[in-house]
Amino acid sequence: MRPLTEEETKVVFEKLANYIGRNISFLVDNQTNPHVFRLQKDRVYYIPDQVAKFATSVARPQLMSVGTCFGKFTKTGKFRLHITALPYMAQYAKFKVWIKQNGEMPFLYGNHVLKAHVGRMSDDIPEHAGVIVYSMSDVPLGFGVSSKSTNEARNLQPTAIVAFRQGDIGEYLREEDTLFT
Amino acid sequence: MGRRAKNKQGVPPSLDEFQAKKDRREQRIQERETKRKRDIASVGSQAPPKKQHKKFQKKQADDIEEHPEGLPEVDLEELSAAKKSLFDDSDGEQDVNEDDIELEEDDEEFYDSDEEARVKPMFSDDDEDESDLENLNAENMEAFSKQLDEEDELEAEEAEQELLEGAVQPRAKVLPTEEEEEAAEVGPKDVTMVRTRMIEIIKVLENFKELAEDGKSRADYTNRLLKDICEYFGYSEFLAEKLFNLFAPAEAMEFFEANEIARPITIRTNTLKTRRRDLAQTLVNRGVNLQPIGSWTKVGLQIFDSQVPIGATPEYLAGQYILQAASSFLPCMALDPQENERVLDMAAAPGGKTTYISALMKNTGCVFANDANKARTKSLIANIHRLGCKNTIVCNYDAREFPKVIGGFDRVLLDAPCSGTGVIAKDESVKVSRTEKDFIQIPHLQKQLLLSAIDSVDANSATGGIIVYSTCSIAVDENEAVVDYALRKRPNVKLVDTGLQIGKEGFTSYRGKHFNPKISLTRRYYPHTYNVDGFYVAKFKKISSSIHDESKAGAREKESLARSEAEEEGIINGDFATFEDDEDKPIMDQAIKRSMKRKGINPNAKK
Repeated sequence: MRPLTEEETKVVFEKLANYIGRNISFLVDNQTNPHVFRLQKDRVYYIPDQVAKFATSVARPQLMSVGTCFGKFTKTGKFRLHITALPYMAQYAKFKVWIKQNGEMPFLYGNHVLKAHVGRMSDDIPEHAGVIVYSMSDVPLGFGVSSKSTNEARNLQPTAIVAFRQGDIGEYLREEDTLFT
Repeated sequence: MGRRAKNKQGVPPSLDEFQAKKDRREQRIQERETKRKRDIASVGSQAPPKKQHKKFQKKQADDIEEHPEGLPEVDLEELSAAKKSLFDDSDGEQDVNEDDIELEEDDEEFYDSDEEARVKPMFSDDDEDESDLENLNAENMEAFSKQLDEEDELEAEEAEQELLEGAVQPRAKVLPTEEEEEAAEVGPKDVTMVRTRMIEIIKVLENFKELAEDGKSRADYTNRLLKDICEYFGYSEFLAEKLFNLFAPAEAMEFFEANEIARPITIRTNTLKTRRRDLAQTLVNRGVNLQPIGSWTKVGLQIFDSQVPIGATPEYLAGQYILQAASSFLPCMALDPQENERVLDMAAAPGGKTTYISALMKNTGCVFANDANKARTKSLIANIHRLGCKNTIVCNYDAREFPKVIGGFDRVLLDAPCSGTGVIAKDESVKVSRTEKDFIQIPHLQKQLLLSAIDSVDANSATGGIIVYSTCSIAVDENEAVVDYALRKRPNVKLVDTGLQIGKEGFTSYRGKHFNPKISLTRRYYPHTYNVDGFYVAKFKKISSSIHDESKAGAREKESLARSEAEEEGIINGDFATFEDDEDKPIMDQAIKRSMKRKGINPNAKK
């Protein structure tokens, strides 16, 4: 377990900025309860500072997970955001899409967000921006990338895709084998 | 055999008795005749036919009562057919007895069954009575009523005698003979019969003095019962005996039966993400039928039935609840972690308890979740992330490595790996897979783990210093014996009240072994009492630090140390003194005398 290098930090933050924009500063500067980013194997964890200190006493091969896993570095050096980061992403989300009850299950089975299922969405979403998907009762369900800006999306067909799915909480079941180790 | 034995009529009279009765009756009839002849006017009254009818009705009622009290009739017949001698005195004999009674009223009806009697409620006497009735007048009335009184008296006398005979009836024979056992071995198993026999034996064991067959010991009954339990429920003989010994016979039966029924599905609300009321509302809208588990928990919900898979709803995926057995709430509630503490869960997978601890701490402080099995840490990590626990560290050590890895925790939860005798309903394989060896090896590991847990705690913690030991087993070897061992090895801990609202006290002594009296502060849970899995919870408080806390011994060193210790101590622990035969002789003599007296033998008579 080690802190991220300059290069790694940049890659990670760029990715996070897609979803939470400038709110990233809340992640980095939390005065009351400072948090840190740590790399263990190929995974990036976001941990309360105090917990990170305790985790140093666990040997590297035995440390399976610590705090919240944000995602992992691929072999090509890109950063892939995992669904486990959703609680933080949802907290600081910039662009939001709410889907109706009838769209919940299709989305949780790994489908993209269709126009017909959208109950509500943020007004100022540009094209190809990271969005967080919520149910109508404000439960975060996943994240994705908008296919069209909000204005354009208004004129779409009901079967057209509004947001491309990138992660959803259904992965806790579907990807259980690969997601966590 | 209790209920049936009470209902039974006495043995049929011997031929002599029978003849005597017959003679007496004939005599009586003759007397009556002569009397009648003597009273020139014929005899009669309104009463006799009425009386006869009443008597008959009463008899009928008796006949009907015969069966409903005991087991269903069909059952009985089947059984007696299958194993005639098992219930020596069942229907066949009773019929004879009934006929016998009828004899008193009517000789001719010897072979009549009840039905016929009902169809033809007439007695040979009736004819006479009717003729008597016609001839009734004021003069002979007195004489006739006198005669009736005499008859009544006689009958009452007979009835009384019968009652006495009934009281000394032989005791029910429940146990099969050797031949029958052999026959049963070969033939197909009769499950209903075995079940009935188990119930009968338990009745006998509960009231051994009165119901036991002569010449059979309690052990005979118990052995048969254990064999039947093995056969009926499919336990290995070893495990059946082990579990049976924990309870009184009737309770043991309840326990074995409860193990055949699955416990209700329960879920725990994740208070980090939602509230129970909101969650219940959402799930009810999805067509789930649920209800709070009980007053002892504020986060548990019991699921009765559901139209959707309860492990795949959006709420489940969003981490608002976790499927968790009600029993595994208990150790966390006993641990009672406070905010900003550092807690260790030594055997954490699949994370139900870890996430509960984290939720109780409101995501503050730090929770170490350890599990020795790397494959199982996957589900642990999944649950921790799904439920949004941000203060956890998941590691994969042999838990005996603590406190070498890190010590000084405020609280430690040890939900030890165990034989699983409390969760037989969940995992049937336990019934046959557990052997005597398991009950030596598993406690051996548990003891080391518990010592490691104790050593990992900071005695000077301002808020904590608590160790909770729990297992999902009900065996004494894995629970009280382990706790007692820890109390002996670590005098710097003491047992404290678990703070749980439900549960039975731990055993302070068991089959000749005496444990620390404080062990009554620990709690046991059984499937048949609280409808939770079998469980055991003990809560310690560490009162001072010891040299062991500084120990840098790893799992291997501890294992070898424990082995050498076990060899030194042997099987018999230090709580067992050696025998001094000479010194004990007067005590032994006294005991022999006392036992002879109890049996009704004069101990001095022999000499």
